[in-house]
Amino acid sequence: MFRTALRNVLAHKARLLMTVLAVMLGVAFVSGTLVFTNTISEAYQKSSAKGFDQVDVAVTAESREDKGNTIGKNPDLTQALLEKSAGVPGASNAIGVVSGFTAIADKDGKLIGGGFQSQGGNYYGDKDPRYPLSEGAAPHGANQVAIDSETAKRAGYKVGDTVRLSVDGPVLKPVVTGIFTTDDGNVAAGGSLALFDTATAQKLFGKPGTYDEIDVKAASGTSQTALKAALDKALPADLVETETGKELADEQAEMISSSMSGLKQGLLVFAGIALFVGTFIIANTFTMLVAQRTKELALLRAVGASRRQVTRSVLIEAFVVGLVAAVTGLVAGIGIGAGLKSLMGTLGATVPDGPLVITPGTVGVALAVGVLITMLAAWLPGRRAAKIPPVAAMSSVHAKATTKSLVLRNTLGALFSGAGVAVILAATTMDGSDGQAPMGMGAVLLIIGVFILTPLLSRPLIAAAAPLLRVFGISGKLARQNSVRNPRRTAATASALMIGLTLITGMTVMAGSLQKSIDKMASAAVKADYVVSMANGNELSADVEKKLAKVGDVTAVSPLRNAASRIDGHTEYLTGVNGSAIGELTDLKVDDGAFKVGGSQVVVDQDRAKSFGWKAGSTFTVHYEDGKAQKLTVAGVYEGNELISGIMLDTATLNPHLSDPSDMQVMLKTSDGASATTKDKLEKALGSNPAIKVQDKKDLSDSIAQMFTLMLNMLYGLLAMAVIVAVLGVINTLAMSVFERSQEIGMLRAIGLDRKGIKRMVRLESLVISLFGGVLGIGLGVFFGWAAGELLGTKMATYELVLPWARMAVFLLLAATVGILAALWPARRAARMNMLAAIKAE
Amino acid sequence: MTTTPVAGRTTTVAARATDLSKIYGQGETQVVALDRVTVEFHQAEFTAIMGPSGSGKSTLMHCVAGLDTFSSGSVRIGETELGSLKDKQLTKLRRDKIGFIFQAFNLLPTLTALENITLPMDIAGRKPDKQWLESVIQMVGLRDRLSHRPAQLSGGQQQRVAVARALASRPDIIFGDEPTGNLDSRSGAEVLGFLRNSVRELGQTVVMVTHDPVAAAYADRVVFLADGRIVDEMYQPTADNVLDFMKQFDAKGRTS
Repeated sequence: MFRTALRNVLAHKARLLMTVLAVMLGVAFVSGTLVFTNTISEAYQKSSAKGFDQVDVAVTAESREDKGNTIGKNPDLTQALLEKSAGVPGASNAIGVVSGFTAIADKDGKLIGGGFQSQGGNYYGDKDPRYPLSEGAAPHGANQVAIDSETAKRAGYKVGDTVRLSVDGPVLKPVVTGIFTTDDGNVAAGGSLALFDTATAQKLFGKPGTYDEIDVKAASGTSQTALKAALDKALPADLVETETGKELADEQAEMISSSMSGLKQGLLVFAGIALFVGTFIIANTFTMLVAQRTKELALLRAVGASRRQVTRSVLIEAFVVGLVAAVTGLVAGIGIGAGLKSLMGTLGATVPDGPLVITPGTVGVALAVGVLITMLAAWLPGRRAAKIPPVAAMSSVHAKATTKSLVLRNTLGALFSGAGVAVILAATTMDGSDGQAPMGMGAVLLIIGVFILTPLLSRPLIAAAAPLLRVFGISGKLARQNSVRNPRRTAATASALMIGLTLITGMTVMAGSLQKSIDKMASAAVKADYVVSMANGNELSADVEKKLAKVGDVTAVSPLRNAASRIDGHTEYLTGVNGSAIGELTDLKVDDGAFKVGGSQVVVDQDRAKSFGWKAGSTFTVHYEDGKAQKLTVAGVYEGNELISGIMLDTATLNPHLSDPSDMQVMLKTSDGASATTKDKLEKALGSNPAIKVQDKKDLSDSIAQMFTLMLNMLYGLLAMAVIVAVLGVINTLAMSVFERSQEIGMLRAIGLDRKGIKRMVRLESLVISLFGGVLGIGLGVFFGWAAGELLGTKMATYELVLPWARMAVFLLLAATVGILAALWPARRAARMNMLAAIKAE
Repeated sequence: MTTTPVAGRTTTVAARATDLSKIYGQGETQVVALDRVTVEFHQAEFTAIMGPSGSGKSTLMHCVAGLDTFSSGSVRIGETELGSLKDKQLTKLRRDKIGFIFQAFNLLPTLTALENITLPMDIAGRKPDKQWLESVIQMVGLRDRLSHRPAQLSGGQQQRVAVARALASRPDIIFGDEPTGNLDSRSGAEVLGFLRNSVRELGQTVVMVTHDPVAAAYADRVVFLADGRIVDEMYQPTADNVLDFMKQFDAKGRTS
């Protein structure tokens, strides 16, 4: 049997090509993902482990939680503690570490890196073992800085250059005194690192005289655990916690691999989708191969092969096909992994060096996935093959496409779809998080139902296209009829395309609606002309507000100052605002009382009012972070949203209780509204700081739009693979159809249909199938998008369904393009077919 | 052996092959399928081409019908010389001037009987001549089967549809390639009767390749082919005459 199966594979090489390609792409995606994530993960782990070389034991402040009426405040790691640590037996030296956000501008004033990996810290003493200087000397005083060699190279800075920096707002212009090399993970990942002397760093990062961490190095001969034990004994246990370097490195490695596994799983989901789409092609191909070989298989049965042997022969064939596809896919996947890594490098996201990691697991998974998927998809056709009666060998009739009734199938499909729709509709009436599980279940049911129903749906939907096809005369008519000739095959082909388009459309609808809603939320309640914030979302120094208030055109300005407090034993974040200006800067709907902020008068949002049982006129006691208490009066209750919510009080009331006031953002209004000159003026007032964003409403919606566009493009890219596999499916189906109908095509040519007409017939069939899949996919996608939106809407007041008509038209066009491209080769083949051979073929 | 020329009839030539040769392969492996064949097919005449397997009878028909290319010589359908035509022009010629009947019926399973009949006109984008179509359908007796699909028709009915398809576009000439090869004798006789009637009553020109003497007896004239050459022809054949000739010919072939 094995030899027969192998011979069959070889005999049908060309017809199996698309199947092999489809499986190969899926396997390549899977193995590429594994190789890439393993490689990156290992490289990061190695580089971060190096970062802990200098740390034998790390001493950190004990973390304290909010309790009773007090906000938990971690104890300070003072100089005294540092000296004590250094003096512990077995310690060779101790370094105090201070770090925080520090943006560095390049020579054009632009921020280096994305802002999220812009780090700053202290250079400890004259020779910090963590940061070997490759050039220059250690920084001393407020006007000196050392920068990492990668950043220096990227921006072209040399020792002696003046650089522009920003920590929390004000611009600093220190001189570069040194350039150092580092294994720091952030720098390895494309970030920047700027080091000040310890006193300057402590001052800049708002912790004068204290450290974030004390790194203790063991004397030779002392183990990390011994040193830890010594430190635990010497240092007050209620102030500090200790961890060995090994523990830290392990934690870091754990963190990296868990963050990588998120990426890995995300990518594998998309690989899974592509593979799933591939199964339709495999099933189609094997169904056709079995149908064509009816006589041959019946002969095998007639000469004594058992049913099981026949099924097995089909499965062996699938195994061989799957293995070939999996091996080539694995090779391609390794290539993809390597390619992705270097691609990331050229895109500027520096990845730490490391070898390509191909684990036995990757190889095993890739091979298993390829082979199993193929065999699974070929299983049903294999069983069908076994049902061929031996007598079929004797009959001269050609095997017809299965004409088995679709009744059972349609009933089942209707049940699944009906249940799916019902569950989804029920879920939309539920509250946000409760509805998620039923919604997902309903979506799965509906998709399965539609799969099962596609053969039934194909007839009316394709019949609806008849008027359009009539334009193309006989080619159009034949194309329409051919496309519904084998409803199962057409359905499987169209479904393959449907999956990709359902996901693409659903995501687009959701993203579009969300974008609109967030946009509305951001602008509806805000009357301010400008919103000023930090590029990385960090807090701004209170100086920024003061500077902005001094700009001539500014008529109203208010910070959104964040401060923790305890109310009734709960931690609540207070928002400090400029009571006299906030009314002009926001447009919040007031449900109860008046929007009045000043002195002990505050406004609260509905949610807080509800949970604390407040009404206009209620009073409550707040405990600030400095431990002092104050009685406040609710002047009004407003409708909050995701951007503005909580308890708003005047900064004048709040400030005395804050040790280090900092703002989430600053809102302001100017006399001439939003204009380029005003914006310029504001930016100049802030010293053209690269780390600070000054955004008007349009900038805000642009940046929201940009975020969504980026996300959507990524999803499109990942889903493209599923669409490509679907294209292979359409090619496959058309090639099969052309092959099976060669006699008809020969006859049509003989009685006078020219090559163009034949080509057009095949192309239109392809177009019809693709558009069928496209319409189904877009329809389902819109439905899912709507349903998911209904669920989101319960959590988001401004949610509004946005149907991206233009995008949907593009998707339909994409489906049409897929159809036309897929038909190129089959149509050519059909047109070139030898007429005489085709007619005589019997 | 008696061959009587048809006297007193105006004979316009519908198709003519002159010195027609078809050679496959080259050098050692060269096979001559047609060897300088010259033959005329007259209008309103029913011609049968006969010969043993491999005699080149099908090749001759394919070349004259514009389905196959030839190596040398010339073929004319009416006034049109086929040798100089490109594929597109050949296709158009087949569509407008030629009708075909195949051994394997070759109907489109997705179309109804009527749609199959009008297919050549649909391809050309022409409206069929209603009256003519009616008379053709009447003749082949398919009136109550028009909306059936091929799968619902018997072999004889399917071939009648094919005959009607060939006749419906009023081609200058109809070629049949073993049109009764897949039929039982009764259905075969019916189909041949229709073809003969179309010649007698409608003035249609029919050329048919067959190896069956009974089928050949329906023709006005039989052309005998052997080894790619025309070896003889016979007018007003009967099945017995043809069979005799074939036996004779076989015997000659064996002795020579």
